[in-house]
Amino acid sequence: MLVMRGIVKQFPGVRALDGVDLDVRAGEVHCLLGQNGAGKSTLIKVLAGVHQPDEGTVEFNGKRIRPSGPNDAIRLGFATIYQELDLVDGLSVTDNIYLGHEHAKLGFVNRAAGNRAARQVLERLGHPEIRPTTEVGRLSPAAKQVVSMARALSHDARLIIMDEPSAALAHDEVANLFRIIREVTAQGVAVVYISHRLEEIREIGDRVTVLKDGRTVAVGLPAGDTPTSQIVSLMTGRDVEYVFPPRPTEPPGEEVLRVEGLTSPGAFRDVSFSVRAGEILGLAGLVGSGRSEILEAVYGARPSTGKVVLSGKPVRKSVVGNVRRGMGLAPEERKAQALLLDQSVTANISLGSLPAFARLGWLDRTRERAEAERLVKALDIRPPDPERAVKTLSGGNQQKAVLARWLLGSRKLLLLDEPTRGVDVGARAELYAVIRELADSGIGVLLVSSEVPEVLGLADRVLVVREGSVIHEGDARELDEHLVLDMIMNGRAA
Amino acid sequence: MSDPTKPRTDTGPPGLATARQAVANPLGRLIEGGHVGLLVAIALLVVVGLVTRPDAFGTTSNLISILSLAATIGVITVGATFVIIGGGIDLSVGAVMALSSVWATTVATQEFGPVVMAICAILVGTGTGLVNGILIAYGRLVPFIATLAMLVAARGLAQRMSDRKTQLIQPENSAIVELSTTRVLGVPLLVYVFALVVALGWILLNRTTFGRRTYAVGGNPEAARLAGIDVRRHTMLLYALSGLCCGIAAILIMARTTTGSSTHGDLYELDAIAAVIIGGTLLTGGRGTIIGSILGLLIFTLITNLFILNGLNTSDQLIAKGLIIVVAVLLQRRSLKERAP
Repeated sequence: MLVMRGIVKQFPGVRALDGVDLDVRAGEVHCLLGQNGAGKSTLIKVLAGVHQPDEGTVEFNGKRIRPSGPNDAIRLGFATIYQELDLVDGLSVTDNIYLGHEHAKLGFVNRAAGNRAARQVLERLGHPEIRPTTEVGRLSPAAKQVVSMARALSHDARLIIMDEPSAALAHDEVANLFRIIREVTAQGVAVVYISHRLEEIREIGDRVTVLKDGRTVAVGLPAGDTPTSQIVSLMTGRDVEYVFPPRPTEPPGEEVLRVEGLTSPGAFRDVSFSVRAGEILGLAGLVGSGRSEILEAVYGARPSTGKVVLSGKPVRKSVVGNVRRGMGLAPEERKAQALLLDQSVTANISLGSLPAFARLGWLDRTRERAEAERLVKALDIRPPDPERAVKTLSGGNQQKAVLARWLLGSRKLLLLDEPTRGVDVGARAELYAVIRELADSGIGVLLVSSEVPEVLGLADRVLVVREGSVIHEGDARELDEHLVLDMIMNGRAA
Repeated sequence: MSDPTKPRTDTGPPGLATARQAVANPLGRLIEGGHVGLLVAIALLVVVGLVTRPDAFGTTSNLISILSLAATIGVITVGATFVIIGGGIDLSVGAVMALSSVWATTVATQEFGPVVMAICAILVGTGTGLVNGILIAYGRLVPFIATLAMLVAARGLAQRMSDRKTQLIQPENSAIVELSTTRVLGVPLLVYVFALVVALGWILLNRTTFGRRTYAVGGNPEAARLAGIDVRRHTMLLYALSGLCCGIAAILIMARTTTGSSTHGDLYELDAIAAVIIGGTLLTGGRGTIIGSILGLLIFTLITNLFILNGLNTSDQLIAKGLIIVVAVLLQRRSLKERAP
């Protein structure tokens, strides 16, 4: 039904898709597998008409198509259900289902007709209990999923793309989702299903396509009986080998951070670990496993119970206090959570330690600029102009500016959340070297990354996090990518 | 690569620093800061004034009256610039100024003399601003709503305290009125007060950690929070600062009108916000300048002056001001796009 050949999508500095083939049949559940950064999300966006491919062809029912925007894709019968559900909380179920194509005449919405139609779709999905007039914000995540599905069906979708639909659902809700998927596929609709959970793919999927580094590495594997080891080795073993700095020879120093029984309801529970001076502790896990939330809780940016001890002293859970005591966080969303994009590199670097540059509130701008220039040089931020607005820098250099912020003052503990996201391969090696140097200077580093090789190559010790719990702790040198991926996806502790 | 955590003595190539200092002179900075359009607009208005009323516009007394007119709202505009760069909005400024003027001119306050009256105005303004700040920062009210409520309530309280009567400043407290009557080098004292507030505001915004935090809190509150800035406390202080400016403005309007009244400063909030926006400050926060706001205010004041001098209808004056706001914002959006990479 859908045939994609040699799809290439280039972004500045990154070749996100580098020749992807995909082949979906009517009425099947086609699973898309791949590590973070393999190109799954970009591929979906190409199908949804958000991105236009630079090269390659897309055929749908034998006709060549080129969706030029989301509306175009919808008209062709493609519906996408994104990871974060894109529903309007303040509107009713009916209004959400028919958003953009309401039952209306001359701009007047015919509520009765809309509600009637919505009820039919919901019944077809086996959920007559969801009332069309209910405000969507009041529904459970599972019910919202049904509404998203109803919206897809209301468009007469013939291909439904689902991006990690089970991430927000509890176990029994997943079973219901599968039932709905089976119903729609029985009616000849094709589903492209993306998930990291292998057991789900085995249960619901018909065939599997594996992506790696923007390329298709396997097409049309049977979902039911392809051995896990084969799938995992297809996903790993990349062409690009990262260069990691050598680990120090001497053992790490004193304990910088101790976390005991840290729990944040709904995110993670009973997490305990410690970080020593000069040590990099890596947290490996999927998005939504609780790894980033653990960092936030340690930093004081997320409510939690349990004990956090910094250099022997228990800390109160406030960001302001923790920064003063020597913590620093490089958050996951660089642009949204860390940078003042309009401001200069200097202003961004000094933001975390303004009091150190001030006497009675008066900024010593000469010293501020001197320190910024020193760090720009030391971290090799390019172009080497501290007065340049941060938004004009590349991703890797922006990340360096965030790291530079925490090189000022006496930091004891750095929390790094996906430090290399959106950074090209060359700049990654530089960032790894910077992070290792930081640790060597006596700082404890807590590193979160979706990329298993990164955690294994950079960290000294590794915690594997799955569904809010630490399921494994061990020396990074004793683990391999295979083993960790297996633990992350299947929950089998080594 | 050397150890990045150790301080070093050399501070990079000196060429960059000197190149930047080249534009550090005042005119260079005005041009660099994107104020060219505002300066051109002011020049145009001056030309229009000189052509239409060559006898009256260029006179010293007219220029002084323009500055005196601008002084009261000008002080408020400085505070409003901080609040708006910090990502907020303060609608209560006019009402807070009125309340400060009334409180400072009650019979009870006047007994203590002019100094206490001035302090009273400042304390009432700052206190009211602090209430705004607490409601917004800690009570998590939307700034628009919190300060709208304050606008209504402060005006009501001012009416209640004054019994809706205009309160005259007693002759023994005429020291306050002297702010507008005493002239140094031909310019009334209140214009100096205005200039002083602008200068202090500029320093606070550009040379202190407070200013830096204001840009950070307005530009990206989440980044500011995660960088260890106490965003709530800072937000509260911004509104207190705006209130302080209203208190100072109250002293100036008492000096100019010799009264305290609940009707003072009606719609000042709109003029102040408009001046800030025309001056190039983003209503969404994170970007803006004091100089721009003051230039924006001067444009407004010049228009008022030109209309009065030429005996034109005040309604047309309002229409002209409305047009100017729209044109200014449209022009700024274009220049922003041009500057984007």
